[in-house]
Amino acid sequence: MKKWLEPLSSAWVGVATHKLRSFLTILGIVIGVAAVIILMSIGRGAEKDIISRIESLGSDTIFISPGAMTFGGVRGAPGSADTITLEDAAAISQQVPYITAIAPTYSTSLQLVIGSQNMHAQVTGTTPEFQQVRNLDITNGIFLSEYDYQRGAKVAVIGSNVKETLFEGADPVGQQLRMGNNIVRVIGVLESKGAMMGSPDDIILIPLTTLQQMVAQPRTSRGERVISTIALTVSDREQASYVADEITSLLRSRHQLGPGVDDDFTITSMEEVVSMVSEMIGTLTLFLGAIAAISLLVGGIGVMNIMLVSMLERTREIGIRKALGARERDIWGQFLIEAIFLTLTGGIVGVIVGWVVSSVVSTMGLMTTVISADIVILAVSVSVGIGLFFGFYPAWNASRLNPIEALRSE
Amino acid sequence: MIRLQDITKVYPMGKRELQVLRGVNLYIEQGELVAIMGPSGSGKTTVLNLIGCLDTPTSGNYYLENREVSRLSSDELALVRAQKIGFVFQTFNLLPRLSALANVELGMRYSGGGEQNRALEALAKVGLSDRANHRPTELSSGEQQRVAIARALVKNPPLILADEPTGNLDSRSGEEIISILTCLHAEQGLTLLMVTHDPNIAHHCQRIIHFKDGQVVAEERV
Repeated sequence: MKKWLEPLSSAWVGVATHKLRSFLTILGIVIGVAAVIILMSIGRGAEKDIISRIESLGSDTIFISPGAMTFGGVRGAPGSADTITLEDAAAISQQVPYITAIAPTYSTSLQLVIGSQNMHAQVTGTTPEFQQVRNLDITNGIFLSEYDYQRGAKVAVIGSNVKETLFEGADPVGQQLRMGNNIVRVIGVLESKGAMMGSPDDIILIPLTTLQQMVAQPRTSRGERVISTIALTVSDREQASYVADEITSLLRSRHQLGPGVDDDFTITSMEEVVSMVSEMIGTLTLFLGAIAAISLLVGGIGVMNIMLVSMLERTREIGIRKALGARERDIWGQFLIEAIFLTLTGGIVGVIVGWVVSSVVSTMGLMTTVISADIVILAVSVSVGIGLFFGFYPAWNASRLNPIEALRSE
Repeated sequence: MIRLQDITKVYPMGKRELQVLRGVNLYIEQGELVAIMGPSGSGKTTVLNLIGCLDTPTSGNYYLENREVSRLSSDELALVRAQKIGFVFQTFNLLPRLSALANVELGMRYSGGGEQNRALEALAKVGLSDRANHRPTELSSGEQQRVAIARALVKNPPLILADEPTGNLDSRSGEEIISILTCLHAEQGLTLLMVTHDPNIAHHCQRIIHFKDGQVVAEERV
């Protein structure tokens, strides 16, 4: 037998002698490792899912909204001030580089009448570029055109939820609805993006020029036309923060804000939202992994328990080996290899079980799961580490036995 | 080969101390075949353990091949055991899960290893070539002790220590074991020291050392 093989084979004899016991010990590690892998892969899957949904709204998008209105030193809710104007949007479009599309929007509540239904709803006026900025697809009909915008046409594009609520499943394209005192024709329906913050499913869009005809748009003290938000896309995602800085300085000078005065607007990039959300889910994933790691810890204690029992049972063997000239490190090496053998086997089987379970979960469509190499490497190395950590004490104990007393034990 | 000078050994027994060896002086030459006899509790097994480097004396000096070994660390003692000493025990002390051959191979494991052929040769010397793949439980007591002798011999140590090697055997197997040991001693010129109760066995040796109350009380040449 090769010399380096001997410790491995004695570890194997130790494990194989008590098959059921070794199996149960390994099972503890298998469950721990599999739990870590399954929970981590579910966490990673959820992260990927949510991020891709956010990105479908346009990851290279920047939103500008008004700041809070201040009444005698009391700050109101964000967005309550009338500080962003159509002229701001025009200036940004002309002066800030890397902008591919820009869509100012103005939202207001209007009375809608369709058939016998009568309600108030939020109507948003915007430009045709809104489609590109918000990454919208049309399921039915067409989007607002440049022609509609120039002419102030009385046409509307509606979100999928609005279609369900107002038209109860009937094809709305070509139908008419009353908006205030005007008759507006529906020309398109937006594809659903799923329920989430800022979803376009609940939106009713008309050309901004049309909305200006219907309602009196407020003006600022400088006579500029107030709008609700400006959404824009940049050509290069890397440049998003540069663009945001440029917009900030441009708007500060347009709004004549002196140094030391807070911005009267807020700039949010989708990039920031994505990184915030992914950080949040990452924390959650780590938390799930930590819970699973507790079962791994319990498995490790099981290994330690078995190694201590095994040491007691094999006291005589240790004495024999010592009499034959085994040094302390030969003895603890043997026990440590045995402990690592148990945990490594458990780790590898655990990875396989975890992998299978999370692929089954994924293919059954219950949840998206993502297994990456780092999780697998982490789980296997942690299981070996547990073998080292929990095997060390029994191994060290075994190596310190007095050979004479060890030989005398039964 | 072996020189003990004023060796004492004291075991703590709770609050009291138990003095097992009270100044032992002993000299054994290379190639001698020596028996140690004495009543139970006379310290003969303790002295064998000290000579076998399984234990260290409380005081006194022990020279093995002119090297003072009584103050060595446990790893240095392990190395001495691995290279110099072969043990034969009363209870055989074979590993029950291993075959006879694997048990013999274990004898070389800590002295640098060796070819399987050497283990087979050692088994042949004790007449067990055909039992190499049997487990200890499948062998008779006498055969088990012969495997243990092969295990002690396989690394060619200069010194063999046997603690009551025939104590667990019937008289016929005991005679067999003793004839194997004395043959090996005669053939290979190794030093052989055995502890025994049995005067018949002791009389196969060249010299008998009598122990009583932790001291050497008499020596006789056979």
